[in-house]
Amino acid sequence: MGSTLFEKIWNQHRVYQSDDGQSLLYVDLHLVHEVTSPQAFEGLRMAGRSMRRLDLTFATMDHNIPTDNPFVVHDPIAKRQIDALTDNCREFRVPLADLSSAEQGIVHVIGPELGLTLPGKTIVCGDSHTATHGAFGALAFGVGTSEVEHVLATQCLWQSKPKTLQVQLNGKLAPGVAAKDVILGLIAAHGIRFGTGYVIEYTGSAIPFLSMEERMTICNMSIEAGARAGLIAPDGITFAYLKGRAHAPKGVEWEKCLDDWKKLKTDVDASYDKTVVMDVSLLSPQLTWGTNPGMGGSVEGVVPHPSEYADEAQRFAVSEALQYMGLTPGTKFTDISVQHVFIGSCTNGRIEDLRVAATVVKNRKVAPGVRALVVPGSKGVKRQAEAEGLDEVFLQAGFEWREPGCSMCLGMNPDIVPPGQRCAATSNRNFEGRQGRGARTHLLSPAMAAAAAIAGHFVDIRQWELEQTGGVAHGTIGPA
Amino acid sequence: MEPLVRHKGKVACLNRVNVDTDQIIPKQFLKRIEKSGYDPFLFYDWRYLENGEINEQFELNQGEVQGASILVAGDNFGCGSSREHAVWALRDYGFRILLAPSFADIFYNNCFKNGVLPIRLNSDSWSKLAPYFKGEERWMTVDLERQEVEICEGMVLSFEIDPHRKQMLVEGLDDIGLTMRYQQYIEIYEKEQMAPYQRVYD
Repeated sequence: MGSTLFEKIWNQHRVYQSDDGQSLLYVDLHLVHEVTSPQAFEGLRMAGRSMRRLDLTFATMDHNIPTDNPFVVHDPIAKRQIDALTDNCREFRVPLADLSSAEQGIVHVIGPELGLTLPGKTIVCGDSHTATHGAFGALAFGVGTSEVEHVLATQCLWQSKPKTLQVQLNGKLAPGVAAKDVILGLIAAHGIRFGTGYVIEYTGSAIPFLSMEERMTICNMSIEAGARAGLIAPDGITFAYLKGRAHAPKGVEWEKCLDDWKKLKTDVDASYDKTVVMDVSLLSPQLTWGTNPGMGGSVEGVVPHPSEYADEAQRFAVSEALQYMGLTPGTKFTDISVQHVFIGSCTNGRIEDLRVAATVVKNRKVAPGVRALVVPGSKGVKRQAEAEGLDEVFLQAGFEWREPGCSMCLGMNPDIVPPGQRCAATSNRNFEGRQGRGARTHLLSPAMAAAAAIAGHFVDIRQWELEQTGGVAHGTIGPA
Repeated sequence: MEPLVRHKGKVACLNRVNVDTDQIIPKQFLKRIEKSGYDPFLFYDWRYLENGEINEQFELNQGEVQGASILVAGDNFGCGSSREHAVWALRDYGFRILLAPSFADIFYNNCFKNGVLPIRLNSDSWSKLAPYFKGEERWMTVDLERQEVEICEGMVLSFEIDPHRKQMLVEGLDDIGLTMRYQQYIEIYEKEQMAPYQRVYD
């Protein structure tokens, strides 16, 4: 019997297999940021240990960074953490894209952008959205700080082999429907733990129509379905994206790698432990109404009533969520007003996301009483957007144009939503307090978020006349 | 790490599903660079009111669960962010044992690195448990060696645990120290299988 893509990468990286079923896996790329690393470096220091592979480690700062002026950190505790990363990288000689580097940005945006992320690699980072890198056919997953320390010291991790879950995405997305709607729709349909214990491989006829950035959006939120990793087999679109990137192989080495990467697909006679199928052509734009990413639905719908749920625990969770969100069952989604709009994050802070949002807001104005932020995912994304004049489009519409970072996705920096206020966010989590204590988060696509900023309430983007008709041309946007 | 073989402790029950790590420890407390001292921040937004006063309604603020070291919680405990701070906060608060029908994967891993034992109970056992712990002071004994939880006299549930993780907890082993014993295998791997275009995927 053949192997799945996941199994091929897993087997290739197994350094040792113990009798009790644990594998010691080699890590090809370890990405580091300021929040989950200080205790790991401290652990090394205390034990007198050194780092095994500086050349396979890359650090940046993103979670805490103020996006108005990144160099002025008013919060002394945040400053201490940023300084700690600088000091640790200097002491251990880890390459660091700090605030003055042209490469700085959200760790899951810069990995692919710099060509550090490559097919077939094992990639870890102390951040659950590491699943993003799976879009390239890499096995990428989030780890805790103890595991960060373990990788710093040994370049390996003990893992028990997860099960495999095939998510077959068939059909072509309708105009106005985005990759974000695919993953939100999937989680709304199957819940926030259908991937727990599994690694997802996204397959199906929809994949060749998705650009790399769209694939990253989908893989990014695999963790919101409970799966630590989500992969897509690399293809021509993957290779075209990577070619010429700063850290990608060059010349003869590139050709040799290509031969290798073309083998990275699931064999026809391989089997998965579980399969779910979704016809993406039937999808409407999605948004969440509750306090986890599975509490969502199509934009033409209404806020549900707890009595619609069979299970008592679910009824309780839904009524708690509605109370927190300040929503009444039966309310049409398009009647819900917003006070904040956040376009950015490792889910939707890339150039294509900004392009589609700019198309929506062009020659329009942000509604009175709405504060709207665009936070590019990296310095690279920001430069590209400015070269295309997108910053002007956003500024003229009344958006704030910010410096790169995680920003309002988790509000570790000063970008937070005040209690009781509602935010349309292109990020990945709508947990209680995620964007600030009492903040009410609705997750949606960049186009839907941009439209909500203009209208002051949620709208069905498909009903808008856009200047460039047809919305995004899926899968057609090449490397920057 | 302090070995965990047998543990008797007071029980607290959090009868909620999908408790995410943003609730276990909100992001404003992730900026610290220390590995301990997270006790005051555990469940911060539930434990305290907006004005900073104790939230009398919150399960862990009830008199009978003060000093609890065993937490019974609902399905999918620890979902969301990978922050190990969530386990540090639970540990620093005094919890050594967690019981739930299921845990999120990254959180589950993080527990073992910090001497905290997460026990998966089947839903049946759990639904019997939750009401039992409401409103009264209860104690429980966990025997990791035998993989058993004694809920009360005469009621013993067994649980599954990966043998590797069990050994780590029972012996209080340092993960990195253990891996260093495999250094020769790591060196062989680096020498023979590392070059990107020499990789064999089968």
